[in-house]
Amino acid sequence: MAMASGHILKSFDQDLAELRALVAQMGGVAEEAIDGAVTALANRDADAAARIVEGDKLLDQMETELERQVVRLIALRSPLADDLREVLAALKIAGVIERIGDYAKNIAKRVPLLEESRSIEPISVLPAMARATSEMVHAALDAFAARDAQAALKVCQSDRVVDDFYNSLFRALLTYMMENPHTITAAAHLLFVAKNLERIGDHATNIAEMVHFAATGEPVAERGRGADHLSPVAA
Amino acid sequence: MARWTELLGRRASNEQAASADEPESGTDAAILLDAFPEPLLLLEGLVVVATNTAARDLFGAYLDGEDARMALRHPQATALLTGAGSGPAAIGGLGNPDRRWEMTLSRLADGRRLVRLEDRSSAHAAEKMRTDFVANASHELRTPLAALIGFIETLEDANGPDDAAIRSRFLSIMDTEARRMQRLIDDLMSLSRIEADRYVAPRETIDLVALARVAYAEIEAGGKAGNRIQATMAASTAIVHGDRAQLLQLLHNIIGNALKYGRAGGGVFVSVAVRDGSAQLSVRDEGDGIPIEHIPRLTERFYRVDPGRSRSLGGTGLGLAIVKHVVERHRGRLDITSTLGAGTTVNITIPLVPTP
Repeated sequence: MAMASGHILKSFDQDLAELRALVAQMGGVAEEAIDGAVTALANRDADAAARIVEGDKLLDQMETELERQVVRLIALRSPLADDLREVLAALKIAGVIERIGDYAKNIAKRVPLLEESRSIEPISVLPAMARATSEMVHAALDAFAARDAQAALKVCQSDRVVDDFYNSLFRALLTYMMENPHTITAAAHLLFVAKNLERIGDHATNIAEMVHFAATGEPVAERGRGADHLSPVAA
Repeated sequence: MARWTELLGRRASNEQAASADEPESGTDAAILLDAFPEPLLLLEGLVVVATNTAARDLFGAYLDGEDARMALRHPQATALLTGAGSGPAAIGGLGNPDRRWEMTLSRLADGRRLVRLEDRSSAHAAEKMRTDFVANASHELRTPLAALIGFIETLEDANGPDDAAIRSRFLSIMDTEARRMQRLIDDLMSLSRIEADRYVAPRETIDLVALARVAYAEIEAGGKAGNRIQATMAASTAIVHGDRAQLLQLLHNIIGNALKYGRAGGGVFVSVAVRDGSAQLSVRDEGDGIPIEHIPRLTERFYRVDPGRSRSLGGTGLGLAIVKHVVERHRGRLDITSTLGAGTTVNITIPLVPTP
């Protein structure tokens, strides 16, 4: 987390640029955590998974540091309007990235518990779901870097792909559990892994929405979610 | 120092970037950087002061004037940028999730630094293909082996006098699986040998017409041809530089495929002709044909249009991969054309030995 040093009087723009660079850096750590956790899961690599769990502490530290810088920036510069929106967006996005890291850590934590999961057929769709998810996170962070509202909108639209993956995996795993009760423990962990990926996708959408708002001053239109799977079914 | 704030003073949005004025220090450098095809970034500290076209194509035009970490977020990349790490960094996911890059950072005489990104995707893809191949080959061997072991275990219990029928059925299945493994291992060895010789041109002179007749005779003798093969030799000889064993295997493979996948009882038409200084070998079957989306992939190892059918006919999945490599070694060309419902034709062209 080095900073461009040597200037005594730094402009607000420099401070903001450093803030945003720190957010981008956090994004990179989170992206690596997602990829690492999914790879560790695919390879049943408990050591790699342990490293991911350990590495989450870095994200927590970075968020704390960023919060400190935001408070200092607001106190010293009293930013207004666009400037204030950008600073607050950076702070909120950092918080979301930290939560994405937590979900990746949670996936990694389950790797040692999934030794016998090789034979569970529905697991074969997880790599595709993970790829779709990490592409969303990547696209959201790219949109943040470029201040690109259009790119941010595309991320929001692609959330449905990850949701569809989750719903089909949920059904498949439930059916599998009913037919193979001895695999319930492992299958339940896989369900949580899928849920974590789905939540990461939702958080990527949150980042995209905040990027859009910071760039345009307008919120993203409420996304149509299609059928609500949790609403009670008419008898 | 004044330039520094000027560079950061613009908060370039995506729309503004296209029309913003280039900072003076960047323009000369950008002209120089554009001479290079790989993405390059010129940095002052952590700020990007010049980019080339390749870099802008990869990252977007917004990067000019921004902190390099906005685009190069990967922890190994940021470590390199902030001085916490050293040496080239291997990063992925730029531009496309499957691309792999090697990032190097060099310090220039005036204190600025140059980021260079080399595309390592194809090396990575080749390595991945190699790993995939080993995984596929192991799987192909493991499957018949598992069947063998299963039947052996079952046979241990089928020892009574009434079990003769079961025993004989199981033993026949075990024989099939064992021979499948043997054929697969033979093909793997062939492929490996052919690949090793890939860059060594064959030195013997072979008459393709005579060799085609030999293959035909061997296949007829094997009892599987059933009078379906019609051989037409349009020339009396066709002399090429070749490896007799490999060309014979090639003939066996493509004629064998035509017999296997052609319609039962349908004809298999083999012809050798001479045209434009090349020998042209053609094998046509009267089968169901192959859908066009499969054709470019037919010579991939273990690629099967219909896995169940291929296995039940005893195919190893390597036949056409072997054919392709033999053709390449002989500096020839392989063309496969097919019409659904009518049949498939395999055409191979090999240059003749030039007559002095």
